[in-house]
Amino acid sequence: MSDRILMQGNDAIARGLVEAGCAVAASYPGTPASEILSSIDRWRKKCGATMHVEWAVNEKVALEIAYTAAIAGLRAAVSMKQVGLNVASDPLLSAAYLGVTGGFLVVSADDPGPHSSQTEQDSRLLAMMAKVPVLDPASPAQAMALAGTGFDLSEAFGVPVMLRPTTRVCHASQDVDAAPFRPPVREARFVKDPARWAATPAYRRLLHDRLAEKIAAIAAWPATAPIRVNPEVSPAKAVVASGVAFAHARELFGELGISCRIALYQVIQPYPLHAAFIDHLLETYEEILVLEESAPVIEMQVADRRRVRGRMTGAVPGTGELLPEIIERLLSRFAGLPVPGGALPAQGGGRRPTLCPGCAHRSSFYAIRMAAPAGIYPSDIGCYTLGINLGAVDTVLCMGAAVSQAAGFDYAHRLSGKQVDIVATIGDSTFYHAGIPPLIDAVVQGARFVLVILDNGTTAMTGNQPTPGTGIGAGGETTAAVDMEGLVRACGVRFCRTANPDRLPEFIALLKEALDHARERGVAVVIARQPCAMVARAAGGKAPGAIVITEECNGCRHCVDRFECPALVFDEAANRVRIDEMLCTGCGVCVSVCPEGAIHLEPAGEKRS
Amino acid sequence: MNVDAGKLPLIRQQVVLSGVGGQGILFLSRLLAEAAIAGGFPVLTSETHGMAQRGGVVVSHLKVGGFDSPLVRTGRADLLLVLKEENVAFHREFLADGGTLVVNAPVPTDAGPRVRAHAVDADALALSAGAPHAANLVLLGFALARIGGGTAGGIFCSGGEIREALSRRQGGGGSRFAASLSALDLGIAHGTW
Ligand code: SF4
Ligand code: SF4
Repeated sequence: MSDRILMQGNDAIARGLVEAGCAVAASYPGTPASEILSSIDRWRKKCGATMHVEWAVNEKVALEIAYTAAIAGLRAAVSMKQVGLNVASDPLLSAAYLGVTGGFLVVSADDPGPHSSQTEQDSRLLAMMAKVPVLDPASPAQAMALAGTGFDLSEAFGVPVMLRPTTRVCHASQDVDAAPFRPPVREARFVKDPARWAATPAYRRLLHDRLAEKIAAIAAWPATAPIRVNPEVSPAKAVVASGVAFAHARELFGELGISCRIALYQVIQPYPLHAAFIDHLLETYEEILVLEESAPVIEMQVADRRRVRGRMTGAVPGTGELLPEIIERLLSRFAGLPVPGGALPAQGGGRRPTLCPGCAHRSSFYAIRMAAPAGIYPSDIGCYTLGINLGAVDTVLCMGAAVSQAAGFDYAHRLSGKQVDIVATIGDSTFYHAGIPPLIDAVVQGARFVLVILDNGTTAMTGNQPTPGTGIGAGGETTAAVDMEGLVRACGVRFCRTANPDRLPEFIALLKEALDHARERGVAVVIARQPCAMVARAAGGKAPGAIVITEECNGCRHCVDRFECPALVFDEAANRVRIDEMLCTGCGVCVSVCPEGAIHLEPAGEKRS
Repeated sequence: MNVDAGKLPLIRQQVVLSGVGGQGILFLSRLLAEAAIAGGFPVLTSETHGMAQRGGVVVSHLKVGGFDSPLVRTGRADLLLVLKEENVAFHREFLADGGTLVVNAPVPTDAGPRVRAHAVDADALALSAGAPHAANLVLLGFALARIGGGTAGGIFCSGGEIREALSRRQGGGGSRFAASLSALDLGIAHGTW
């Protein structure tokens, strides 16, 4: 038996952080970064470290909490997905000016593709804008090592440091050495210096100068300098790669047998790119191919447009993931070899994702379409984005936008003298994250819409992290819980009612009442409260009974098309619906969906065949 | 990067596992990866997370031996394990010439002339054994028996090594572990010629 264990990239990052003495860690879940924080808590327990680990209400709050620990001298980290960094960009840009005393790492996971994101933006560009150095790991093992390097870099220069993994690092797994460790312990000590920590614009100018000096010095820091893979040869061409694009390239260099003809470099720190490295490249090579995801961050710093090829010159596709098949073609062409014409892996196709069987969101969406058939349906980010399959999601912009878009639709139509029914949906976690300010705004402006808060008591899409309403912390500990109804009322909403959406007829009636209120008197909020079916299943919740479909089923397809429960299967041969018993949870909601009354719920234990 | 220079691995094997969210593709690929590590091989995998896990197409890549990239390129997989038959249409591109397809289906799916294809109705077998959610292990057991495991020309690990990996993962002894073992053995029994 080896002492190596299988570690997912996110787990490896967590391990690297805890091992390096990270004392405060905060995050908001988002694919592909979600597992980092829960894994930090596992490593914390394993090594017995004293830490503050929390799921924050959003990424901005998370960053501010971790940053503050770092100005009190501790090592601290914040993790998020790339669009979360947009939310946290305000404090990040300022934190770069003020700097830190303890090490501060911002882990921002990118998603070239994108596989599970609204954009394929490159966090390294934001690091560049903020003047924050950024490290770009190529594998889980390297990500683990760079977590420690990142803290060292942060403390050596007193700046925040970004660690930027991508999906193919976060969700890759690898054998990694798992020797026991004992993290260093420090004491928090905030040294007052209001001229710095509360700097006014005049002093910020000086801080900006100082930051520029730090960045110039970091561009010469040996520990993060680019690595030459094949120093024994001196060819005229070079490939410069970072992140997982480097991992693909390195493997292909071996397979294509081009190591003796082309120099290969790995850039560990894409910004600031090492100044001596830029000089070396331009002095040594006639042609340079840059492979990186997803923006031309390295490429733009090597300023010789005649010799450098990459995403900016069009030699490398300007968008999308750099799959190994694409890199194989690029390297073959660059090496003057025949370019392979093999297939790219299939994109899309196959079964589309859908809400789980027994998911209460399905009931809410069905009810919304019944109550407001001609309505506009703004929605938001979460499992319930899949309400698009049910025709009950018209817009999805970014976290919290369902509420502001509902208001925006009302104001726009009002100008044209029109009144439309608007029913917005937002999950509980997303509501806490970014839904509260737009709700206050809507109340103040007298917007007319119904907001349905889909409260399933969890952040389901990203793996069921707790929300502020649950009273559970990142390590399972008890915390205070927020009272959602009280919060909604405190925003000034006068119609706020809570119901179980799985009781379909009553829920539809409640929505109609809310619509009446909204048309006359402004924002109405309906809280659709029912636990996530996945959580209920994991908890071993008993099915209420067995579903049978009687001879009355005439094959009208209403339940499969409008309700789309995966457990309702249309049998084309028999022209009727049958139940997939492996999937059905026995929730019984479909009983009131069937217009023919052909679906029945048999009490548990009384099922006939 | 991940290659321990002292004991260069002799095996290089690339596997793609395909299915839909909820079928346990992730579990299967981690199980295989852990068996590879126990056998002393370096391993790299790539997993699907996020929205696709809600019943959409899920694919895992597994590379055993000295590799750097976590992704299997099209035309390179030695083995393609498919838990949802309809996925064969768009994932068979991963298979190398002479590669092997093992699919969860009542009869073998046509995957082209240069592919050896085997089929087992893992859903039906798992259901008959009272473990409907263990079709993934039935399929794996079948593949190990049919192609051979831990032998030259076969899968890099044996049925015994999978049993050990399962026991480490599920804390050997409990009812979950027992159910997993019987699903694996059921697949092995059906895969044995
Ligand atoms: S995980 Fe929960 S919230 Fe998400 S689709 Fe499934 S039941 Fe619904
Ligand atoms: S009872 Fe009906 S709605 Fe509920 S899971 Fe079963 S088929 Fe789907």
